[in-house]
Amino acid sequence: MKNILLLLSVSLLAVSTTFAQKQFTRSAKTRFFSDTELEKIEATNHQVTSIVDLAKNEMVFSVLMKSFEFEKALMQEHFNEKYVESDKFPKAQFKGKYTSEKPIDLKQNGNYPVSVKGTMSMHGVNKEVVASGTFSVTGGKMSGKAVFKLKLSDFDIEIPGVVSDKIAEELTIYVDASYEPYAK
Amino acid sequence: MLSRFLLLFSFLIVTDQAAAQDDLLDLLEEVEPKKEETIDYTIATFKTTRLVIAQSAETNAQGVLNVLIGHRFGRMNGGPKEFFGLDNSTIRLGLEYGITDNLDIGFGRSSFEKTYDGFLKYRVLRQSTGKRKMPLTLTLFSSIAIKSQAFSDENRENYFTSRLYYAFQMMIARKFSERLSFQLMPTMIHRNLVETKADKNDVFSIGAGGRVKVSKSVAITGEYHFVIPGQIVSTIGGQKVRDSFSLGVDIETGGHVFQVHVTNSRGILEKNFISETNGDITKGDLHIGFNISRVFTVYDKNKFRRKREAKRAAKAATASL
Repeated sequence: MKNILLLLSVSLLAVSTTFAQKQFTRSAKTRFFSDTELEKIEATNHQVTSIVDLAKNEMVFSVLMKSFEFEKALMQEHFNEKYVESDKFPKAQFKGKYTSEKPIDLKQNGNYPVSVKGTMSMHGVNKEVVASGTFSVTGGKMSGKAVFKLKLSDFDIEIPGVVSDKIAEELTIYVDASYEPYAK
Repeated sequence: MLSRFLLLFSFLIVTDQAAAQDDLLDLLEEVEPKKEETIDYTIATFKTTRLVIAQSAETNAQGVLNVLIGHRFGRMNGGPKEFFGLDNSTIRLGLEYGITDNLDIGFGRSSFEKTYDGFLKYRVLRQSTGKRKMPLTLTLFSSIAIKSQAFSDENRENYFTSRLYYAFQMMIARKFSERLSFQLMPTMIHRNLVETKADKNDVFSIGAGGRVKVSKSVAITGEYHFVIPGQIVSTIGGQKVRDSFSLGVDIETGGHVFQVHVTNSRGILEKNFISETNGDITKGDLHIGFNISRVFTVYDKNKFRRKREAKRAAKAATASL
């Protein structure tokens, strides 16, 4: 009896670390949008990295702040220098779990709506974030889309009074990722 | 015995789950481009393309038009009669444009001596860390100024070339920290026409200046240009030519940079403040001035670059078919 249980524990440990159905990307898109009457600000990052573990329903994202592209160069400079202070905090990261009604099957085309819950780390602050998204499978390839909102004040990002009418308190974040299998 | 194993069992499951997401993050780090694989260029060494009164090492971004309105008033020690210099206001209206991220072209007209100026500014080296480590930003500046004021004596033979002044300057800058940036400005002014034979046509100077940020939007700036002695003998308005010294404050809002300064130089252009400064600080020969800089995006260089990359990718895709 003792030996069976020992064997079981060891094999469980072994199985959970080597069994991997992981998907990754280095070119996921993340766009944020600030909407006020005076100004609409948006920027897109085309180089977001992400890994999704389909076996464990987990996902991680890593966003290099300096890779956000703005239409106006000065806005990009202010974003990095004054608001997110990308020299001090170069990356924003998200790690979380998702739940879906049916498990994602790469052999079955279709849309899989998911709800995501996890921790967003940005500007030195960790905050819990919930989002709803959809994973889509077509021809064995997986992609994911999500929309959620973030409050700037939650991450200690200060908006100076002089421009407070031009930047929204809450931003809408759009994520669009096309994954490929992660082969170790 | 059984309970102990069940405890071990459940412990293994729980710790395994918690560590897994961090494992994923570690895995992600292996997938991401490393810091040493990309060049991280230093941004915002100075808030705009001017330090106090001289050029800063910054150039405008590609596709950006910078409208620069510079004011310089008369001497403060003119007293209340001259409204502390405000009655004698001169202005420079200027436009500069970023042809690329590193090359600017600009034009301006100053009411002082009715001078037109045109310049090119090229950033040769850019401070960076990561894949390429560059400790300094080096920018070159070259300008022509044309004084269009009437000649003092219309009856003698006056040449158009006498109206021309050339300024060549190197800005060697470093952003030391988020708050502190410093630059050296070796400069040469060439005057086609000088007062006497003893005055040199080529005037060399070395300037030093910097800025200290006091808040996210406000910085204090200072600048000093040391004119190498023995080059300028003649006086201007009975006063000898001196080194230029300026102190200023930068205030930045969304799209504007306001620069207010106090200086002993009357004129705005390089040829004025390097080779024609005659204000004696000890006597209070100081001028207040202010610059307003407003940037406009003529075209979005990121969108332009992506469109071009997409076209190239499409071309490559069809070529390989």
